[in-house]
Order: sequence, then C-alpha cells, then structure tokens
Amino acid sequence: MRYLPLTNADREEMLKDIGVSSISELFKDIPKVTTKPIEIPEPKNEVEVERKLTALAAKNMTTTKIPSFLGAGAYHHHIPALIDYMIERGEFLTSYTPYQPEVSQGTLQILFEFQTQVARLFGLEIANASLYDASTATFEAAAMAERVKKKKKILLSGGLHPQIVETVKSCMQFNGTVCSVLSPDAENFENIEPTGEEACVIVQYPTFFGHINDYSILAEKCHAKNVLFVVVVMEPLALGVLKSPGEMGADIAVGEGMGLASHLNFGGPGLGLFATKKNLMRNMPGRIVGKTKDLDGKTGFVLTMATREQHIRREKATSNICTNSGLLALAFSMHMAMLGEKGFTKLAESNHARASRLAEELSKIPGITLLNKTFFNEFTLKLDRSVSALVEKMAGHKLLGGVPVSRFYPDKDDLLLVARTEMNNTEESLFLREELKK
Amino acid sequence: MSQIKFTKEHEWVILEQNTAVIGITNHAQEQLGDVVFVELPQVGETIVKDKQMAVVESVKAASEVYAPLSGKIIEVNSSLATSPELVNNSPEKDGWFIKITPENIQEFDTLMTKEEYDNFIKEIF
Amino acid sequence: MIAEEPLLFEIGSEDKTAVDFPPQPDAKDCLGTCRKNTKIGLPGLSEPETMRHYTRLSQMNIFEDSAFYPLGSCTMKYNPRVNEKLAALPGFSEIHPFQPQNTVQGALEAIYTLSNLLTEITGMKAVSFSPAAGAHGELCGMMTIRAALTHKGNPKEVVLIPESAHGTNPATAAMCGYRIETIPVNNHGLVDIQALQKRLSEGEKNVAAFMLTNPNTCGLFERNIITIANMLHEAGAFFYMDGANFNAIMGLVKPADFGVDAMHINLHKTFSTPHGGGGPGAGPVVFNAELAPFRPLPWIEKDGDSYRLLETNEESMHSFGRMKAFNGQFSILIRALAYILSMGLPGLRQAAEDAVLNANYLRVKLQDILHLPFPGTCMHEVLFDDSSLTETGINTLDIAKSLIDKGDHPMTIYFPLIVHGAILIEPTETESKRVLDEFVAAIKDIVAKAKSENNQDLKQTPLKAFRKRLDETTAARQPILVHTDDL
Repeated sequence: MRYLPLTNADREEMLKDIGVSSISELFKDIPKVTTKPIEIPEPKNEVEVERKLTALAAKNMTTTKIPSFLGAGAYHHHIPALIDYMIERGEFLTSYTPYQPEVSQGTLQILFEFQTQVARLFGLEIANASLYDASTATFEAAAMAERVKKKKKILLSGGLHPQIVETVKSCMQFNGTVCSVLSPDAENFENIEPTGEEACVIVQYPTFFGHINDYSILAEKCHAKNVLFVVVVMEPLALGVLKSPGEMGADIAVGEGMGLASHLNFGGPGLGLFATKKNLMRNMPGRIVGKTKDLDGKTGFVLTMATREQHIRREKATSNICTNSGLLALAFSMHMAMLGEKGFTKLAESNHARASRLAEELSKIPGITLLNKTFFNEFTLKLDRSVSALVEKMAGHKLLGGVPVSRFYPDKDDLLLVARTEMNNTEESLFLREELKK
Repeated sequence: MSQIKFTKEHEWVILEQNTAVIGITNHAQEQLGDVVFVELPQVGETIVKDKQMAVVESVKAASEVYAPLSGKIIEVNSSLATSPELVNNSPEKDGWFIKITPENIQEFDTLMTKEEYDNFIKEIF
Repeated sequence: MIAEEPLLFEIGSEDKTAVDFPPQPDAKDCLGTCRKNTKIGLPGLSEPETMRHYTRLSQMNIFEDSAFYPLGSCTMKYNPRVNEKLAALPGFSEIHPFQPQNTVQGALEAIYTLSNLLTEITGMKAVSFSPAAGAHGELCGMMTIRAALTHKGNPKEVVLIPESAHGTNPATAAMCGYRIETIPVNNHGLVDIQALQKRLSEGEKNVAAFMLTNPNTCGLFERNIITIANMLHEAGAFFYMDGANFNAIMGLVKPADFGVDAMHINLHKTFSTPHGGGGPGAGPVVFNAELAPFRPLPWIEKDGDSYRLLETNEESMHSFGRMKAFNGQFSILIRALAYILSMGLPGLRQAAEDAVLNANYLRVKLQDILHLPFPGTCMHEVLFDDSSLTETGINTLDIAKSLIDKGDHPMTIYFPLIVHGAILIEPTETESKRVLDEFVAAIKDIVAKAKSENNQDLKQTPLKAFRKRLDETTAARQPILVHTDDL
C-alpha cells in the first residue's frame, strides 16, 4: 500500500521487540463479534482513483464552463492563482492547530493579520480566528448574546438567509431558547421593534433578497432595551462600498468568507467571520490569537484566552468548537492583502455597477418586476410564471440563471434571485436577458 | 475589631462590623499560577453560601470561587479587571474580590480560623 | 535560517494592489443611503510581495510533510496529494450549492458513495454529512438523540461522560440542554463499569445517553464495550461513540456490532484529509436505524439512476432540522472518498494495524525511561507522564519544547487531564521504523539530559525554533487581538 512505509520485515522485527507473536495480540482487548464482513471496493492505484473521481466530476455542470448568476449566500468570485498555490503548500496545509507557538508562528501571524482585517472590515474592535461558516457563526452569536444578556429569546429578521434561520432554530431548540422568526421579507416591508425580552436581534445586510437597509435606528432601539444587535453579512465584498455593521451600531457581526477565499466547492467548507466589541471579548467563541513576546523580547503570537474553551471549561465553555477554518482564513486574508483598500473598493464598485446594469435591463422585460430599490450585487425579480421550471429550462440551455426562492420557500415560486459579479461579462448578461425574454 | 476566617475551598473572609471582604488565599493563588482574568459578580447581586460567585482564570485553567457566606454585594474590586496579577502579588490584601453585607453572621462562625486553615492545607499534602 | 517578516500592516499600503481591473462603465447607484464614506484600513501588496510575505511566514511552521508530528489524539498522518488534486477538479470545485440538482448529479453521487462506504465500514444505517468538524458531529449526534427521545415522549435530563473524555463531549451535551454527570475511570484507565451500572440502576431513570471515546484518550480500548452498550440499552439510554480515535480500529471491527447507536468520524484524522493549520475539517455522523429518521438535513436519496438532495422538512418530517447552510464540507468529503477508494478494506486494516504497531513499538522502547501510568498493550497512541522526572525539576512542557530542537513536533501534552503531566504520543501508520527509532533516541537524549546536573538548559528550549518560549500570561492578561497602526 503506497501510503504505508512499514515493510513486512519491519513489522516482524517490531512485533518481536514488543514481545508478541502476532499483530492480533495487540488487538486482544477488542471483543470478537462475528458479523457480516465489511464489503467495500478493492484498493485502487492512483490511476484508478483519478479515473473514478474524474468521471464523477465530469457529470457536473461547472461554473467555469457555463455562465452562472447564482448567489443566495454563495458568490462566485475570481480567486487569484497565487492563493490556490499558497494554500496547497504543506507548511499551511499539513500543520495542526498552532498549539506549539514556537514552531507555528507562520499560521499564528496570519491569523492575527486575519483578525485585524475582519475587525476593520466589520468596523468592530476585535475578531476571532474564524468559525466553520456564517450559519454556524450566527448560531454562535445568538448563543453568545444569551450568555451576555442572560435572556433566552432571540428575534430573527425575515431578511435572513433561510438556511441560517433553520440552522439557528435547529441548534437552539433544545436549550430553552424562544426563537421568533419574522416572515420572509422579499419586498423589504419589515419593521423590527425589539420588546426588551430578546437577548439579541439578528438581521442580514444586504438582506437575503438583496435589500440594503440602514440599521442605525434599529441598533439604537436594541441598545435602549438592553438587547444586542447582530448583523450577518453573506457577501463581505459589499463592505467595500457600504457602511460597516459597526458604524451602524452592531455589537456582533458575522459573515461568510468563502466566496472571497476559495472556489465554491458545492458550498463547503465555508469560512465563518466573527467580530465584536472589546467589552464582549471574554464571551467570544472560537480560537483567538494574541500578540506577545518571547524570552528574548521578540514579538510573537499565541493562541490566547483558552480558558473560554471546551478543553478547560468543559460543559461551561463558551462553545464546543475546536476546529476552525484556518486554511480558508489564510486564503481570505491573502485575498484582502492582494486587493488592498483600493482593489477591494474597485472590486465592490465593479460588482455593484454590473449588477445595477443587469437589473435595469432585466426589469424592462414584460412580466418581470424588480423588487429592489436598493441592492449590492444581487436582487430579486418577480415573474409572472413558475420560476423553478424556468430555472430548470435555462439549465438545459447551459445557463445557471439564478436561484429560485421556492427552493427555500416552496410557496414563493414567482421569485428569482439573480447575482452578478466580476465573473459575468456583457455577453453572459445578454444571454440571460434573452433567456428571460422567452 | 476585624477577624479573618477561611474555607476549605481556599477563600478568606474578613468581617468588619457589618461588612465582609472576600478573596482567595495565598495557597490558592500559588496553586493556580499566574492569574490572567477574574470574572466577578456585579454590585447589587446576592450570593449564596457554597454557590459559585466568581471564576479565576490562569493561562490554562479556570477555577470556580464559591461564596463563603451569603449576602448582598456592595462593592467589587474593579482593579482586578486591568490588573489580575494583584491576585498573585497580594492575594490577601489588594487582590480582594468582593465586599458583601452578610445575611447571617452565624455563617461566619462556622468557618476555619487561621490556625485551622494552616493545618488544613498541611494535611492535604 | 528563517527571515523575520513584519506584519502585513507594516509593509503594505492602501495604494498597492495585486489585482488589475478593467475600466468600469457608469451605472446607476442603487446603494441607497448606506454608501460608505470612510476607509476600511486594508493595506495591499503587489503580487511578488504577496508571494514573499506568505512564503516567509510559511517557513516559520513545522508541518507534517517535513517532520514527525506525534500529536496524540490528533492523528497527524500523511495527506495524499492525489486527494488534493481530485478535490480541485473544476467539476467538484467550481459548482454552486444551489445549482439545479440535475446539474450536480456527480457531486451528489460522490457524497452518496462516501456515505455508503462510511455506513459499511461502521455497520451503521445512515449518515449525516453536514457536520463541519468532530465537535460539530458530536452536536449532530446528540441533537439527533434528543430529537428521537423527545419523539418517544421524554428527552430525559442527563448525559453521562467518563472523566477521561475530551472537553468537547461535556460542552456538546450542555448545548443540547443536558446536565452532565461524570463517570470515574478505574486504575487501568478504563470506564469504571460498577460506577456506570450503579448510576444507571440506582439513580433516577433520567439518562439520555453515554458518550464514550473508544479507543479512549488514554490510548486504550474499552474492552467492556458490549457490556456498556447492554447496560445503556436496558436503561433506555443511547450509546454515543466519539470516533475521534477510529483510526486504530477502522476496517477491523464495526462499531455497530458493539451496540453503538451513533458515532462521528473525523475525516481530518482517520481518513487523511489535511488539518490546514486548524481546519477546515469534517465530522460526518453515522446512525443506527432507530436514530436515522431524526438526523439533520440535507440527505441524499437514490431514485433509480438519479440522486436527490432532500433539503426541507416537508420531505423528511422527523429530522430535527439543519446544522449548517449548504451541503456539508463537500471538498473535504471528496478527499476522504479518494482515500477510502485508494485504501480499500485491506489498506484500511493494514493502516489500523500499523498505527497500533507503531504506538506499541514506541511504548516498549520508551517504557524504561518514561513512566507508563497504564502499563500493557495500547492502541494507536501511548500515554506516558513525567512522574519519573519529578526530582529533576524537568516536566512535560520541557520535554515537549526540547523535542522541537530535535526537529520533531511535540506530542500532545497535559491531556488527558486524569493523568498528571500527561505525554500522549500518536505516531500514526504513515511513519517508518527509522523515524520511530530516531524519535526514541531523541527522547532518550532529552531524558538523560534531564537527569544530568546541567539540566536547566532544557528550561530554555527550544533554541533552534523561530521563537523562544512565548509569554502566554501577558497575552491572556492584556489581550492584543488586532494590530493598531498607532502603536
């Protein structure tokens, strides 16, 4: 077997040194239970594995080959080749959580830089070293708000991604939390009034349907009633042109970094971004890197505030999290560094301008209404026919023309989410326009 | 005249008229190592004897601190927020945790004297 | 010689960029009143500077490819590069989570195939591939158990956990609304069966589940596992197995045969997917038939020749809901699939056997110089402690840091908590005998030095790493978590 260095001679010699006559003696503590043998395919050499998986990959319609206007929380961006190269370097790929700081300064410094970028992006003071993805990070934010405010109710906006709502509701259902979820808000009618019973109010910015709302007044209302205000950002690129959650008064901001870090990989792994205010620091979940000095007085970095974590606090920990999304945090941080302030702003402007022109063109088509007055790079169209059928039909014509809202809310089959990023040129937009005209 | 008493959980209490000052003992801080954070309750809250009232964190451990007496908190040591090292450097003076108005003075009498506590920690080792 | 590398914020500038953009035609501004008028503070680098910055930072890491990395309970085995190559195929990497299902049949088939391999290897009936990591898998398993008990009419109140457990177990059970009660471990490092029996039969009948890592965190197989399962089932409780250490037994035994009801598998340990400096991982959970209907969405069903992704509760009424947006850690699943297909059953068995052989080899080679708290055969990892060095003043931390100067990554230290000064060594099956012999020599050298007169040098180690020991106390007392330009 190509991954196993021991030879039979090694094995014999080692068994002798151990003082047993056969390998089975080392497994003597395992009860013998006779059952059906395990049946899985025979071992494959590298050629055979490649053939098998390449054949599976070939059955998928890829966004490199056909135009895609899909978003709904997963946005298709260009990932510079240098990032793909760097995250495959063994130094990053094959190291563990940096428990031994003397030999992990590379990973630790990058996470410190990442935390700084995320905090600045969200306009908040501090950030952690990443969580699994935005949906689980939203759950963690809600749980953190409950710890801080010692209240067991949370209010979820109808502008939140439906799969985030489901995740938070599901993961909160057994700890006594009352989750109030407002109805899906495609037309941006929502007006949230916290009562003061809530530990937090959670909104999405821009909303799942693409609307951009200034939440400054809502944040003030929350604070006046001793409620934390949590903002979810599924497309952090929007913050290149929009006011930050911190500027609007958010206490916690979470986000999905996947689209700017990696290819979409069918939606996983994601990258959970998490930032908050300094006074809530000791309640923040996840791994955190801090700056310090070594014995020689040189600057260095360590994992810090470990006492919040499960391996020390056990059932009283802030969260059960151990693993984060380190490699994607590296990719995200690198992309931020490659873009810089100027590039990040330009990329955001470009996404917005492209989406704006597309929205204008598509809303001219008879039978199609644009539901958004405001949006960043994704908007909602209302159609006079079944959107799910239309999307299937467009896929047959080699076009991924948008995400039907009925995939999440089956009774809303007249709504289509359309996202346009720097990956979609004019030709692709014209193709979409023609398909929607049919 | 003030009196100091101790608990098996390594807290000390000084009773001065109607106020009790509470902290952790020198022995406790030695066992914990460098204290990096102290989570204190808030003024106005009520603590209950033998229930958790605070958490002391060192780099790699978190330890619960139990209330030696029941009562209402009238002051907390806010210097610990910025200087947790006071717990190491001056555990039985500047590193105090909270001041309370005890509910039941009799509870104080059940605690150990200095001599009893010194014997108690000798016995554990 | 490793070069110093300043922070990105010290070398970058807001005018630099490594990405070029085409000119932008005008378009209507639809941002409303939220357009920003402040800067974010993101320094940029040109592409060559980016390459240099991250390459230099990479050189400060010790990593599995270059060094022995015997981190106990973390299973730092070799990460095959064909897995990376296949996960990066555009057919897998360039697909969107919400494409119409008939355009991603290959992706669904890949997940379905992996799910079947995992159920076959564990003997279980169904898989949830949502969980993003081991701890997330535990949460998935325990929520499923709670949902099943609730459906039966009583979710119960208590989850039992042995004192040797990983901290994620109690943290997870608490998140599911359970009270945790600890079951002691006996002198042999195994669950105290009498104590467990007593709790189940004498206390209130309110135990929802028992969470057990097996092989356990002492590197031992809980040989009474079948008795444990029977005791639990008689008491109406479920048996959750933490599969973090499944590498020791994969292919050799099926957890279902022992009476396990649910178990998570860390793909980033057992099935060779990379750890990536702390993630992303994946922690799929396998379930028996009783629990399967309650597991979270999404699921995949095969319908003739096509595969269908079930995403909403309308189609699966008992599911407790959803744990994560999208479709699981897909690209990690692809890597694990490539690994299992490469190994086949003979390969998985041989890997488990070699992992156990390597650990026992280190046990016998080191047992005369380090203290073994639980003598006798171990599984994939061997647990020592520093008690034989107490008089020298040298402790577990010093041994770990000294190993760095020998070119190795340290082992897991001070875990499990039930052993004072624990030294937990997991060599894995992908290390050769030569590497193990060198490691033994390195430890012998360190212990000899510890017992010598000038052992104080060991307190200064590592000397050859990029940094000396770091001040973790100050880091935790006055946390500096972000860079500020004015400092």
